[in-house]
Amino acid sequence: MTSRYQILLSVCLVSPALFCASLDAVAERKLRTPVAKVVDVDPRGQVLALSCAGCHGTDGKSAGIIPDIYGKSPDYIESALKDFRSGVRTSSVMGRHAKGYSDEEIHLIAQYFGALQEINK
Amino acid sequence: MNITRRDFNKLLVSGIAGSTLGIFGGARSAFAAQNRVVVIGGGFGGASAAKYLKKLDPSLSVTLVEPKAAYITCPFSNWVLAGMKTMDEITQTYATLASRYGIEIVVDTAVAIEASRSTVTLKSGKVLNYDRLIVSPGIEFRWDAIPGYSQSVAETKMPHAYIAGPQTELLHSQLRSMKNGGTVLICPPAMPFRCPPGPYERASLIAYYLKEQKPRSKILILDPKDKFSKQALFLKGWDRLYPGMIEWRGAAAGGKVQSVDASEMTVTTELDVVKGDVINFIPPQTAGKIAVDSGLTNASGWCPINPVSFESTLHPGIHVIGDACVAGAMPKSGFAASSQGKVTAAAIIRLLRGQVPVSPSLVNTCYSLLAPAYGVSVAGVYRLSTEGIVEIPGSGGLTPIDATDDQLNQEAMFARGWYNNIVKDIWG
Repeated sequence: MTSRYQILLSVCLVSPALFCASLDAVAERKLRTPVAKVVDVDPRGQVLALSCAGCHGTDGKSAGIIPDIYGKSPDYIESALKDFRSGVRTSSVMGRHAKGYSDEEIHLIAQYFGALQEINK
Repeated sequence: MNITRRDFNKLLVSGIAGSTLGIFGGARSAFAAQNRVVVIGGGFGGASAAKYLKKLDPSLSVTLVEPKAAYITCPFSNWVLAGMKTMDEITQTYATLASRYGIEIVVDTAVAIEASRSTVTLKSGKVLNYDRLIVSPGIEFRWDAIPGYSQSVAETKMPHAYIAGPQTELLHSQLRSMKNGGTVLICPPAMPFRCPPGPYERASLIAYYLKEQKPRSKILILDPKDKFSKQALFLKGWDRLYPGMIEWRGAAAGGKVQSVDASEMTVTTELDVVKGDVINFIPPQTAGKIAVDSGLTNASGWCPINPVSFESTLHPGIHVIGDACVAGAMPKSGFAASSQGKVTAAAIIRLLRGQVPVSPSLVNTCYSLLAPAYGVSVAGVYRLSTEGIVEIPGSGGLTPIDATDDQLNQEAMFARGWYNNIVKDIWG
């Protein structure tokens, strides 16, 4: 550990309230970035849903021809994924992906995108 | 089919047990200073990890070390060879990661990792401390693997064009100055290597250019393998689009290159000596240099990892992602690296909070273009098993071999949409 870190630690021990208050101030400044909203969701749902962004864009906001996920209701996302999985809805690549997820996982993915929209309201 | 809790726990501690850090090494009390994560490498893996670390936990301090001020993507670099994209269009910068996400970008090269001290030394002499380190160094070439080939041969006569940038431009300019009726040799390596469909997309798009501009020319692929990624789709597409123009010679037909001669512009196979007007020789590869130098690789030349968190099984506290790591059934692709970066970011955040990472879910989507309106894809969804990272049975797979022209055109359009979104998801 660096000496700087040791000093910070000792300050912290002497006056934790003071130190943490200043840390909070730093954190608050950083929180003003547009990406700083921490989504309180099932962590498994989060890890599953992060896969979607590779093609559909960060938070499911697409820049091009690939459809958005963001803005769609959890019910819609859940039924769409199930329809892609069963082949009721035709697709180029989505059906191949959807076959990799259980009902429960599809539900968690849909809930994650629902929670994102709630938090950004 | 799901992994049991007991199996998961076993995988979780694989390679970590007995380490000084332990599973929750680096976790700090609420009064401790900001947790610091250093990421080495700003490609698909490293930039994804850095962005998602800050996106999911803005309180972290994240430093991204990358020698290049701008990153040129390997995906779509084959499009440049066909004149369908410019180098500028496949160049990504770190401006948004710095300004919007608060990631500290350090334009420098990591030259040493001291695992026991949790430090990274940079070429400039600067030393960075970390609580968790992510190493995403991509590939290094095994220059000595093929007699006659070397870095200087690559830079002057026989470009590999497998790290996008000046190499892409060299191959592009050689193709442009080649005579009509010339022969292009493409020599891919054996598995495992970066972007398994890459050499075959390259053959397709070079053929597209040659058919338009130099239609008497030929492409010969000399391959040490007996099969290759998306093979049936490529072979069918070549027949339809470029009949007689592309010849693929696999291992059984003597396709394995034994040596090259840069002054004669020839390659020697098991059967004959073949002359090329343009020779794209793609050497065998290992994990990137810093991973090799830091003892993160095993005898295979790649980095073994714990599949739950991508933590090295050789050095605790250091996570290796992307092409450099051994990720079970996942191919070495930019998309796979990005998926691993996100999973690792989420795992590190939990580890730093003293929580067990959740079971990973990983994904790959890889488009290849055979012509501007002719695309094919492969998809994969991956999860943990007792054997590590496996593809989920029944999921993923290829564009159907009997796909209609409309479907192939749609795949080509989605390829463009895919690129726009993935680069924005990583660098935007």
